[in-house]
Amino acid sequence: MNDAKLRWSRFAAPSRFYALAGRSIPWCWAVALLLGAAGLWIGFAIAPTDFQQGDAYRIIFIHVPAAWMAMLIYMVMAFWAAVGWMMNTRMASMYARALAPTGALMTFIALWTGALWGKPTWGTWWVWDARLTSFFILLLLYIGYIALTEAIDDVRRAANAGALLALVGAVNVPIIYFSVRWWNTLHQGATISATAAPKMASTMLTAMLLMTFSFWAYSFAVALTRARAIVLEQESDTEWVRALPQRA
Amino acid sequence: MYWKSFDEFAHMGGYGLYVWGSYFVTLAVMLAESHLAARRQRRALALIAEGGTA
Repeated sequence: MNDAKLRWSRFAAPSRFYALAGRSIPWCWAVALLLGAAGLWIGFAIAPTDFQQGDAYRIIFIHVPAAWMAMLIYMVMAFWAAVGWMMNTRMASMYARALAPTGALMTFIALWTGALWGKPTWGTWWVWDARLTSFFILLLLYIGYIALTEAIDDVRRAANAGALLALVGAVNVPIIYFSVRWWNTLHQGATISATAAPKMASTMLTAMLLMTFSFWAYSFAVALTRARAIVLEQESDTEWVRALPQRA
Repeated sequence: MYWKSFDEFAHMGGYGLYVWGSYFVTLAVMLAESHLAARRQRRALALIAEGGTA
C-alpha cells in the first residue's frame, strides 16, 4: 500500500511528468503520422465511392474522429479538473488546462467539416438542430473554460473556477451523444454502436478508425507538449526547473 | 484505385471544394496548434535560461 502510494506520487510530480512526457512525445507523433497516412490511403485509394453521397462522404474520415475526440477530451479534461480540485494536486489541474485548446480545436474541426459536408448533402451549411446546437455549446464551453482559467492570475483559484465550469458543462456531453435519439434531428444517427453492425463498408470503417487513433495520438502529442510548457511556467521557481537549461 | 488522373482525384466527383476544404483547413489548424504548443515550450525554457520566471 505504502509502496503504491509512493509510486503514484512520483508520477504526479511535475518533474517526473516533464521527463516522461519529453520521451513520449516523439512516439506519439510517429504513431499519429503513420496511422494518419494509412487511414488517408485506405480512405482515398481503397474505400469505394458512396452510392448515395458520391465522394462527399470522404469528409467522414476527419469529421467523425474529430467529433469523437472533442467529446472524449472534454470528459478527460473535466476528470482531471475535478481531481485537481478535490485532491488539490497541481499536476491534475495542469493536465486539464493543457487539454482544453486541443479539445476546442477538435470541436472546431468537427463543426467546420460538418458544415462543408452539410452543404452538398443537406443543402445547408448549418441548422439549429439538437446535435449541431449541442456541439456548438461544446465549443462555447471550451472557450469559456480557457477564457476563465486565463483570466484568473492565481493558479489555484483559476484551476478551481475552471473545474466548476468543466464539471457543470460535462452534462452537455451525453446530451450531444444521445441528441440524435432524443430529438428529431437532420443529423443522422450514430455511425457505430455497440449493439448493431456498423452501417458502412468495412474499408470505410477501417479508414475511419485509423484516423481516429491518429487524431488520438496527435492529441496526446500536442497536449503533452503544452502540459510541459505549463509545468515550466508554473514551476519556474523550483530547483529542478532552474537546473534544466544547464542540462539541455 | 478509382482515380484515373490527378484532375479526377482533385475534382472528387464534383465535391472537390467540400472535401479539400475540409482536409486543408484541418491540416492547417493542426499544424498551427502543434507549432504554437512547441513554441510555448521553447519560450518557457528560454525564459528560465535567462533566469527569469516564465
